[in-house]
Amino acid sequence: MGVPLDQDTKRGLTLIAPPLVYALALLAGPLLAVLVFSFWTQDYLTIDRTPTLANYAEALTDPIYRTIMGRSIAISGVVTIVTVILAFPVAYYVSFHVRPDRKSLWLFLITIPFWTSYLLRIFLWKVMLGFNGVINSALTGLGLIDAPLTFLLYNANAVVLTLSHAFAPFAILPIFVALEKIDRSLLEAARDLGETAVTTFLRVTLPLAMPGVIAALLIVFIPTVGDYVTPAEVGGPGGLMIANLIQAHFGGLNNAPMGATLAILAMGIVTIIALATVLIARKLSGGAR
Amino acid sequence: MTDAPLIRLRGLQKYYGDYHALRGIDLDIERGEFFSLLGPSGCGKTTLLRVIAGFEDVSEGTVVLAGEEMTRVAPNKRPTNMVFQSYAIFPHLSVGQNVGFGLRKRRDLTADAKDGLIAEALAMVGLDGYADRAAHALSGGQRQRVALARALVLKPKVLLLDEPLSALDKKMREHMQVELIRLQRQVGITFILVTHDQEEALVMSDRIAVMFEGGVAQIAEAEDLYRRPNSRRVAEFIGTMNFLPATVTGDRVSVPGLGEVPLAAVQATATTDGETVVGFRPETATLLFDGQADTDHVASGHVAEVVYYGDMTYYDVALSGTEATVRLSMRNVFGRPVLEIGAAARVAWSPGALVLFR
Repeated sequence: MGVPLDQDTKRGLTLIAPPLVYALALLAGPLLAVLVFSFWTQDYLTIDRTPTLANYAEALTDPIYRTIMGRSIAISGVVTIVTVILAFPVAYYVSFHVRPDRKSLWLFLITIPFWTSYLLRIFLWKVMLGFNGVINSALTGLGLIDAPLTFLLYNANAVVLTLSHAFAPFAILPIFVALEKIDRSLLEAARDLGETAVTTFLRVTLPLAMPGVIAALLIVFIPTVGDYVTPAEVGGPGGLMIANLIQAHFGGLNNAPMGATLAILAMGIVTIIALATVLIARKLSGGAR
Repeated sequence: MTDAPLIRLRGLQKYYGDYHALRGIDLDIERGEFFSLLGPSGCGKTTLLRVIAGFEDVSEGTVVLAGEEMTRVAPNKRPTNMVFQSYAIFPHLSVGQNVGFGLRKRRDLTADAKDGLIAEALAMVGLDGYADRAAHALSGGQRQRVALARALVLKPKVLLLDEPLSALDKKMREHMQVELIRLQRQVGITFILVTHDQEEALVMSDRIAVMFEGGVAQIAEAEDLYRRPNSRRVAEFIGTMNFLPATVTGDRVSVPGLGEVPLAAVQATATTDGETVVGFRPETATLLFDGQADTDHVASGHVAEVVYYGDMTYYDVALSGTEATVRLSMRNVFGRPVLEIGAAARVAWSPGALVLFR
C-alpha cells in the first residue's frame, strides 16, 4: 500500500491476521468455489470447464426451479411473519411486565429449546404431528375425529410450524433488546399528552421497537430460506425447498454445477429481499432517527 | 379566594409495599399559582407530582382537579401536562412532531391550524424555525424547551415540572429559571415544580411546600418560609441558620452569648416556659468594624473562621461566655477589611430576626 504502518496498526493487523486467514479459508474460499462451479456444466460423468451461463438460463426458465424457489421464499416469508408476530408479545411481556431481577431467568428459559439438537426437535414434531402421532391419537381418543388428520405432517404447514418454533428465540432476543432500550418516560409522556395505552403502543412503542423487529425479520428469513433438514424431514413432496434441490444436485443428481448455480441464485435473491426490507424500514421510519 | 382551589388534595396516603411514601397530604393549589414542592430526595415530592398527573394511584385520599374528582382517572384524561425530568422527547419524531404530539386528537383543528399552534408554541420557548429539526440532535436546553412547548401547546390547566432544571449546567439553569417565571406569567397556567434546590424554589415560586418523609412540613410564600420557618428542620433545609440554646421565663427570652430580650420582640412559634432554641440567619447580624458605634444589641467574641467568597465573607464568631459559634455573612463593600482569625469581634444583632422554635 506504500503507507508506512505505525506501531498500533501493525499490532492490530497482527491480531486480526489469524481470524482473517481462517475466515478467508473457510468462508471466501468455498464461496468462490461455488461461484466458479456455477459457470461450468456437467457433462455426464465429467465436468466441462468452459465458462457458460447455460445453468443460469436453465435455472431461470425451467418451471421446476422457479416453483421451488418461489415456494422456498413463500414458506420462509410465512415462517418469518409467524415467528415475529408470535415473538413480539413474548419479548414485550419479558421487557415490560417481568420484574427486572427475573428478566435474565426468562431469557434463559427462552433458550431451553437449544438444549437438544435441532434434529431431535424435528423428530419430536413428527411424533406430535404424525399419522399415529400425539395430536391424532388424542383427537381420535376423544372421539372428535373418526380418521387421523393427514394435513398435519409432510406438507408446507408442518415446515412452517417446525421452523417457527425453532427460530422463535432468534426473533425474541432482538425485539426484547429494542424494547429494553425504550425510555419508559416516553410512554408516560405519550399517556400524559392524551394517548390511550393502545395508541401509545402504536405511536411510540412500536416505532421505537422497529429496529429490533427488522433485525428479527432478517435473522429468521435469511437462514430459513436455505434450510434443508426441516423440509426433508417434515415437508413431504409438497414442502420441498430450494436447499433440498441444491443438495440433490450435489448428491444423487450428480450435477454440482447446477447445484452451485441454484445456490448462487438463492443467495442473490435473499440479498435483494434483505436489502429491500432494510430500505423500506428506513423509509418508513422517516429517517428521523 | 372566592373560587374553589384548582387542585384540592385530601388525605393522600401512598404505600409501596411496606414503604409509606405519602403520609396524609392535604394541599390546596390556586389557579395561576407557581407552586413548588421542595424537599430532599426520597421525601415523596415526585410521588406527589405523579399522583397529580395520574401516573401513581394513591392508597387513600382524593385528588380534585378543577372541581372534578379525578383520583382514579387515567393521565390522558386529566387537565394536566408534565415536563419530565429526562424531558422524554420522542427520538423518532421531529421537533414539530414532538410539539404536535398531543394535538393529534384535536379533530376540531385543521392541519394548518395545528401547524400554527406548533409554531406559536415553539416561538414562545424561543425555538422559532426548529419544527423540522430532528429531535435527537438537540442540546439539553433545547430539549427542555421542546418539552415545555409540547406541554403548553395543549393549554393544560396545570403544568407539572419534575426537576426540569436539574440536568442543565448552572448558567443555563439560572437562565431557564427566569424563562420559566416569564412563561408562567405569560400563559397564566398553574405551574407545580418539584425541586430539591431550595434556592430554585425561593427564586421561582409564589408558594412553597416543604416536604420531609412523605409529609408536608410547611407551606408558605418564599419570604415567609425563609424568615419564619416553623421548625428547625425546615430552617436547616432552607439556607443557613444559626441555632443557639435559649430559655423562656415568663415574657422574657434569655439567649446566652447574646443577652435577654422580651418574648414579644422575637418571632415565636411556641411561648411555653423552659429550655428551647432560637435561630437567626447569617445576614441578619452584622460585624461592627473599628469606628462603628455600638447599637442596642451587641454581642462580643472573636473570629474563629473566615471563608472568603469574593463578594461575601463568611465569619464564624465564637461568642464570649458560651461555647456557641455563630456564622455571619458580610458583603465585602469597598474599603472594608477582611478580619483575620483570632481578631476580636463585635456582633450587632436584632431581636426581630430571632426565630424561637419549640
